[in-house]
Amino acid sequence: MPVDVIAIEGISYSYGGIEVLSDVSFSMQRGDYIGLVGPNGSGKSTLIRLILGLVSPARGSIRIFGLPNTGFRDRGRIGYVPQKINFFNPHFPSTVAEVVGLGLVNDSRRKTAGGSTGQAVEHALDLVGISHLRKTLIGDLSGGQQQRVFIARALVSNPELLILDEPTTALDPETRDNFFNLLHQLNHANRVSIILVTHDIGSIGAFASKLLYLDKKVVFYGSFDEFCLSAHMTSVFGPSSQHIICHKHG
Amino acid sequence: MHIGFLEFLGYGFIQRALIAGSFIGLICSILGVVLVLRRLSLIGDGLSHVTFGGVALGLFLNVYPLYVSLPVVVCSSLGILRLADRARMYGDAAIGIVSSVGIAVGVMLASIGGGFNIDLFSYLFGNILSISGTEVAASIVLSVLVLATVAFYFNEILSITFDEEFARASGIDADRINAILVILTGITVVLTMKVVGIMLTSALLILPAATAFQFARGFRNAMAISAVTSVISVLCGITASVVLNLPTGASIVLLNACFFLAAFLYKRFSGRRSLPAA
Repeated sequence: MPVDVIAIEGISYSYGGIEVLSDVSFSMQRGDYIGLVGPNGSGKSTLIRLILGLVSPARGSIRIFGLPNTGFRDRGRIGYVPQKINFFNPHFPSTVAEVVGLGLVNDSRRKTAGGSTGQAVEHALDLVGISHLRKTLIGDLSGGQQQRVFIARALVSNPELLILDEPTTALDPETRDNFFNLLHQLNHANRVSIILVTHDIGSIGAFASKLLYLDKKVVFYGSFDEFCLSAHMTSVFGPSSQHIICHKHG
Repeated sequence: MHIGFLEFLGYGFIQRALIAGSFIGLICSILGVVLVLRRLSLIGDGLSHVTFGGVALGLFLNVYPLYVSLPVVVCSSLGILRLADRARMYGDAAIGIVSSVGIAVGVMLASIGGGFNIDLFSYLFGNILSISGTEVAASIVLSVLVLATVAFYFNEILSITFDEEFARASGIDADRINAILVILTGITVVLTMKVVGIMLTSALLILPAATAFQFARGFRNAMAISAVTSVISVLCGITASVVLNLPTGASIVLLNACFFLAAFLYKRFSGRRSLPAA
């Protein structure tokens, strides 16, 4: 029986006495592409931080590739694109290649296999179409280009699980479409498991295999088609939006 | 005073000052790049104030000040981290608390001890020309220790400096790296006290890095430019101070400031820019 990529059971988490996640459970199998949606403050980013081991749940358990996430050391198997790209220092004197290489710092698989860092960085830059920017300073790029650098940093370790927290907010429509096509290709061709936090529900319908609707607890978890047919769709987005979103998907 | 360059280099006190000053300038410039980018520039200032308390304690106890101030400053640097973490405050407030306590302890001990105010004054403004052979050896050993540690953890340091949350998500033990960085900073600040004095320590951490950021194209490149700037400033500052009979610490800091100003003006008026993003 294959091991779940992620298995979460009954986790809760509070900030300053206010519960932001309550009794959340779900599992993810290899090759799943989950769109994680929910209103602002619904706990999406907190859930991501819990999965990554940045914070610990008050209750419940999280297992990554069959291991408790607190003891999970093989971090190169996970690629992560954080939400707050604007929080980095724009005057940081690092080149694009240097930043992308940071995705390999703790990759124990590469250290064991002795793979070339330079080749991995080049490959990741090629994937997101910014090889020509490898020597440019990160602060000299546009917001969209910087976002592609952070996506390359997540891909450089050739991860089996990609976690992306609203990665398309700074991208123009063409780059965003190319990005979704890249994710689709990674998911289909390489069976990379993906969790995508987004407000763009239409893109989830077009690409993701599952939808997880979170509002401090799991409101819905299943396929997009099931979501369209469920009462949750109309209660969350309204009857007119249901027609637009689900029709676009169809 | 007119002496030849070789004759100048022949003096033992000059040799000791140039050697120790170069090593200490080197570690200041390397750590300075990290501290400035992490917006922790003032930790050097805060720890230098703690050094003042440590030196006063050493003089009060009649123990060589370096032996007392080194453990005091290293413990204080870890205290700043712990205070920021546990007392729910930003790092600058924790630095302010620890540094003001350091100054207060120093002033109190100087007042009680009475007779060592003149010695304390020499530590406030530094006197690299009076550095002893033992101090030179200690400076070299501790500088090599700092450089080797930075080299060993280079990728981890770069990662948490650029994006600490991503570094933690990558499995890097950011708390351990932060603790290592503040300990190294504490050691560096104590050594720097002899070169430029407690009052000017933070300048030797900040100015070479600030100069490097005007031109650097990469994190390693920034460290290299910062190192070259700092070592040249120390060597030329010591030489100028002896030849022109000027205070050594102030000469080194003002030379560093001149380098920064020149780099800033050159970048501003030459139109030198980074490669355009395509």
